[in-house]
Amino acid sequence: MYGIGLIKGLGVTLKHFIETYLDDIRWLGRRYYRDESLAERQGPHARGIFTVQYPEEKLPVPEEFRCIPFLVYEVGEDGERLYRCTSCGICSKVCPPQCIWIVRSNDPETGRPIPSPTEFFIDIDICMNCGLCAEYCPFDAIKMDHDYELASYDRLADHIYNKERLSKPVTYYESIRPMNFAFEEAARAEKEAAKEARRKAK
Amino acid sequence: MTLEEYTDRFTGMLNFDERKGYEGYIVHSERLVEFARTIRDELGYDYLSSVTGVDYLPDEQIEVVYHAYRSQGGPGLVFKVQVPRINPIVPSLVSIFPGADFQEREAWDLLGIRFEGHPNLRRILMWEGFHGHPLRKDWEEPYFEESEKPFNSRWPEGKAFRIEENKPFKKNVQYPPEFTPDGWIPEADTALYSGMVRLGAKDAGNGRSLETDQILVNLGPQHPSTHGVFRMVVSLDGEEIADLQPVLGYLHRNHEKIGERNTYLMNMPFTDRLDYLASMGNNFGYALAVEKLMGITPPERAEYIRVMMAELTRIVSHLFSIGTLLNDLGAFFTPMLYALTERELILDIFEAVSGSRMMCNYFRFGGVARDLPEGILEKVYELVTERLPRKVDELDTYLTDNEIVRTRSIGIGVLPREQAIEYSAAGPVLRASGVGYDVRRAESYSIYDRFDFDVAIRHNGDVYDRYLVRLEEIRQSLRILQQVVRDIPDGEFQTGKPQYQVRVPPGESYGRVENPKGELGFYIVSNGKPNPWRYHIRSPSFINLTAFGEMCKGHKIADVVAILGSIDIVLGEVDR
Repeated sequence: MYGIGLIKGLGVTLKHFIETYLDDIRWLGRRYYRDESLAERQGPHARGIFTVQYPEEKLPVPEEFRCIPFLVYEVGEDGERLYRCTSCGICSKVCPPQCIWIVRSNDPETGRPIPSPTEFFIDIDICMNCGLCAEYCPFDAIKMDHDYELASYDRLADHIYNKERLSKPVTYYESIRPMNFAFEEAARAEKEAAKEARRKAK
Repeated sequence: MTLEEYTDRFTGMLNFDERKGYEGYIVHSERLVEFARTIRDELGYDYLSSVTGVDYLPDEQIEVVYHAYRSQGGPGLVFKVQVPRINPIVPSLVSIFPGADFQEREAWDLLGIRFEGHPNLRRILMWEGFHGHPLRKDWEEPYFEESEKPFNSRWPEGKAFRIEENKPFKKNVQYPPEFTPDGWIPEADTALYSGMVRLGAKDAGNGRSLETDQILVNLGPQHPSTHGVFRMVVSLDGEEIADLQPVLGYLHRNHEKIGERNTYLMNMPFTDRLDYLASMGNNFGYALAVEKLMGITPPERAEYIRVMMAELTRIVSHLFSIGTLLNDLGAFFTPMLYALTERELILDIFEAVSGSRMMCNYFRFGGVARDLPEGILEKVYELVTERLPRKVDELDTYLTDNEIVRTRSIGIGVLPREQAIEYSAAGPVLRASGVGYDVRRAESYSIYDRFDFDVAIRHNGDVYDRYLVRLEEIRQSLRILQQVVRDIPDGEFQTGKPQYQVRVPPGESYGRVENPKGELGFYIVSNGKPNPWRYHIRSPSFINLTAFGEMCKGHKIADVVAILGSIDIVLGEVDR
C-alpha cells in the first residue's frame, strides 16, 4: 500500500523521540552535567539525544589528542627552568606549514652554540596540529597540548606564541599524557642504566 | 593479444620508457589518438583513470602521463607523450575517453599544456585572467619564500614574522600584464554562458500546453546544496535542464604545488585536507604510492590497522553522504543527525588512535604513527558487531521504502553503464551503473585479498541506486571490520626506525586506493631529493563531476540538487 514506507519511517523518528524521554527517566534527572552519565551517553550504548551541553559539559579528550605544541621544562633545584630542548631544529625542519622558528643561543664568550634555545616561536594561526614535531623530537622536549580553548581577542598580538607562552612543566605533561610519560621515562631509565653499565665496564 | 604485437604497427612511434624507475610506453604525439583507440577497442583498456602532466624543467620537456585500466580489473597500462616545454601541444583524448575532459583542462590550466581538439579548453581551477601556469617549476607565487621546505629562515636564527608584514595588502597579488582590476569585465562568464546549449527559436512553444522560456540560472557558488563553494550554470527550458556546466576552483589552493615543495613526510597531514571526510583513506593512498617507490612494506599488524582505519573511514563517509543526500532531498536534518550520531562514535575511535577526529595524519611510510591504544579494539568490536549493524538496519527501514525518497530518486540522474566507464566515473557512482569495479578487488592492494566481502553493485545508475550501493558498502565494510578485529595479530606497527627525512629513490609511482568517493590515485615522481618532483592527485570527486552535466540533462531543476548529492563531492578534493 502506498504510504507504508512513510509510516515505517515515522515510526523510527517516534522511537528516537521517545527514547530521549525514556533515557531521562532512566537517569532520574541525573542525565546531564555528570561525568558518568556523559561517558554513557557518548559511548556505544548511547540512547536518546546525543548532544553535549558545552561548556557546562565537556567531552574528555583521549591521551593522544593533539592541539598546539608546548615546550616541556623540568624544574631544577633552585626552581629554575631546565628546558629539554637542545635547539637541534628537527621540529622546525619537519613542520609541514613551517610555523616554528628557533633562535639558537651562543656562548657569549666562545661564540659556540650551546644546546638551549634563546627563543622559540610558534605561529598558532599557521600550525595545523599535525603533531609531527612532537613525534620526531629526539629529546621529548616538544609535546602536543590538550587545551583546545584558544580563542583570544587580538589576532596580531596574541597568536605568535613565544618561549614563555609555550613553556609548561614536566608535571603538566605527566598529568595530560600519563601513559606516554611512563613509557618515555622507562626508556630513558633503561638508556641511563645501559650507559652506567658501560661506564663501569670501562 | 599483448601490446608487444602492436609495437610493430607503431614502429618508431612507440617505445618502452627505459628510464630507471619508470614504467610504460612513450608514444609519439602524432599517433597518440590512434594508440588510445587501439588500446581501448582492441586491448580492452576502456577506463582512463588519470591524465596529468609533469614539467621536467632540466630536460626542457613536458610529459603527459596517462593511466588506463580494464574495467574488468587487472593491472593498468601507463603511456606518456613527451613534448617540448615551450608551447607544448598534445592531441586531446576527449573524443576517445570523455573522462579526460576535466583532467585535460586541469593540465592546461596548471601546466600550460595545450590539448588540440579539446572542445572546451578553458581554465578550470584558476580564473580566466590568471597569469601563468602555477605548476610549472619556474612559476612563483606572490608569497614566495623558497622553492623547497624546510625554509632556511626558521633555524638556527629564526626570526618570527607574519607573512602579511613582508607582503602587505595589494603587493600580495599578481596580475597579468595590461590588467587593471578596476576595469575588469568578466569575459570568461560571458563566454561560458554563450557556449551553453540553447533552444532555437523554433523549439519555443513547440505545441506543448505550456509555453516555456529559456533562462540561465547560476546555482551557487553560495548554495546549500553544493556542500561548499561550487557553481552550476544551468540552462533551463522552463523547469527542464537543457545544459549544465559546473564551475569549480573556489576552494583551490594548489595542493599539488604545496606538495612539491614539502618533503615526503610533510605531505601526509596535507592529504588529510583533500577529502576531509575520509582522511585515513587519503593517507592510505599516499603512503602506498611512496612505499611503492621506496620498496618497503609495512608489518602485518600495521596492515590490519590500516585496513581497519580505511574501512571505518568508509562507513563515516557513506553515513555522511546518505545524511546529506536526504538533506538535499528535503528531509531536513533528521536523517542527517541520525547518521552523524554513529559517525561521532567512530570519530571517537579516530581521536583516541590518531589524536584528531578528522585530520588524522595517522599513516607513515612503512606502517602507522603509533600502536592502537589499550581498549580500542574492544570498542571497535562492540561497534562493528553490535551497534553499527543495528543502526544501519534502522537507517534502511527509515529511508529505503519511504515513498517520497523513492519518487525523488528513482529514475533520476541516470548514468548508463557505457557512459559511466567512458566518463571515468569511480566509486559508488560507477558501481551503481552496473560496473563491478572496486580497486580493492580489481587490483587488490594492502591485504584486501584476505578478506571475504562482496563488491556492492546495482544496475540502474540512478540516484536511488547510488544510495543503495552506499548502504550496502557500509554493510560490507562492517563485514571486513569483523574479520579484521578477529584476525589482527600482535607485533610491530612500523618497519625500521621512524625517520623524518625518508630516502626515496628516483622513479615514478601511481598508488591508488578505493576511497569512499571512488578511486583515489597519487602519481608521484621522485628525483632522489627530499621533495617530490611531481605530486599529482587523481581525485574521484573531481573526475566524477565530468559526467554531472550529462546526468542532469532532461531532468527538473530541483533534481540537480539530488543528483549532486548522490555523486557525493567534497570540495576540498574537487578544487584541491
